[in-house]
Amino acid sequence: MEMLIDIVLFSMMVATALAIVRLRSLFAVVMLAGVFSLLSALLLVTLDAVDVAFTEAAVGAGISTVLMLSTLALTSRSEQPSAKAGLTPLLVVLVTGAALVYGTLDMPSFGDPNAPATTHVAPDYLERSQHEIGVPNVVTAILASYRGFDTLGETGVVFTAGIGVLLLISGLRRRRRQKGEEE
Amino acid sequence: MTAEFDLPFILGHVNYWLFIVLMMTGLYIVVAKGNLVKKIVGLNIFQTAVFMLYISVGKVSGGTAPIFPTDMNVDPNVVYSNPLPHVLILTAIVVGIATTSLGLALIVRIREQFGTIEEEGIYQIERDMAAEEYRLHSELMSERR
Repeated sequence: MEMLIDIVLFSMMVATALAIVRLRSLFAVVMLAGVFSLLSALLLVTLDAVDVAFTEAAVGAGISTVLMLSTLALTSRSEQPSAKAGLTPLLVVLVTGAALVYGTLDMPSFGDPNAPATTHVAPDYLERSQHEIGVPNVVTAILASYRGFDTLGETGVVFTAGIGVLLLISGLRRRRRQKGEEE
Repeated sequence: MTAEFDLPFILGHVNYWLFIVLMMTGLYIVVAKGNLVKKIVGLNIFQTAVFMLYISVGKVSGGTAPIFPTDMNVDPNVVYSNPLPHVLILTAIVVGIATTSLGLALIVRIREQFGTIEEEGIYQIERDMAAEEYRLHSELMSERR
């Protein structure tokens, strides 16, 4: 049953991605990108990552769609057909994909309870957070406590990006008005 | 490489390959399409596929989401999936939106400066600028001589 859900979600995601490749209307592309994020959130729920799923639904399908729509409002609505077609991009993608598939051959099977990723530190976190932190959600316990400095660094990154965006965008209206007066 | 291509092996790895298909679709958009907004969308698809690949590594079959009962009476027989990839990807999602917004702000600036968000158009304008500079420079040099 779970396999069936996975396959249905996967085919919907592949169809969405291919539609994004084909479409020229950027509005449709941005909307489909939101759909893609929402579908990936569903898939993350089946992978037991509920915290990641709702972050992806809020950030990927919500905030990033809003940001892209506002970019479209400031730039243009449709993609010009590009002259360069050629097989080079397809070749690059196929070679990279083949290299990645070759890399997965060594990986443990999906859901293997004896995989190194699940036997190394994960049981430790699951065991200790019960009495050390006492928060029912282990993801929260690790995020805010054991790896609190990671989260601090993340806040720093978001702050820096915010300053960068402000510096790039600020004065847009002023420069436009100046340009209008000159002409 | 001693991997055997039997049915359990394929069933255990097919989801990695499907994630790679999604990843490569995103990469194709980034490489082949000239529109800058579309490139950012492609980058986002690539990124989401990487997230799902990473999360799928932490999945334990028969496991459940790593959330204890609220009274903290943990049944030792319940299998929980690995919470560590979830934490790392939560951080990565937030950093991803930060980089996306920076990229979009750059696109707005590029549009303001060049009047286009197509790669072809930007190259054309840059080539014209370079040719103009070269012409001015050679004029100046011939005057000096």
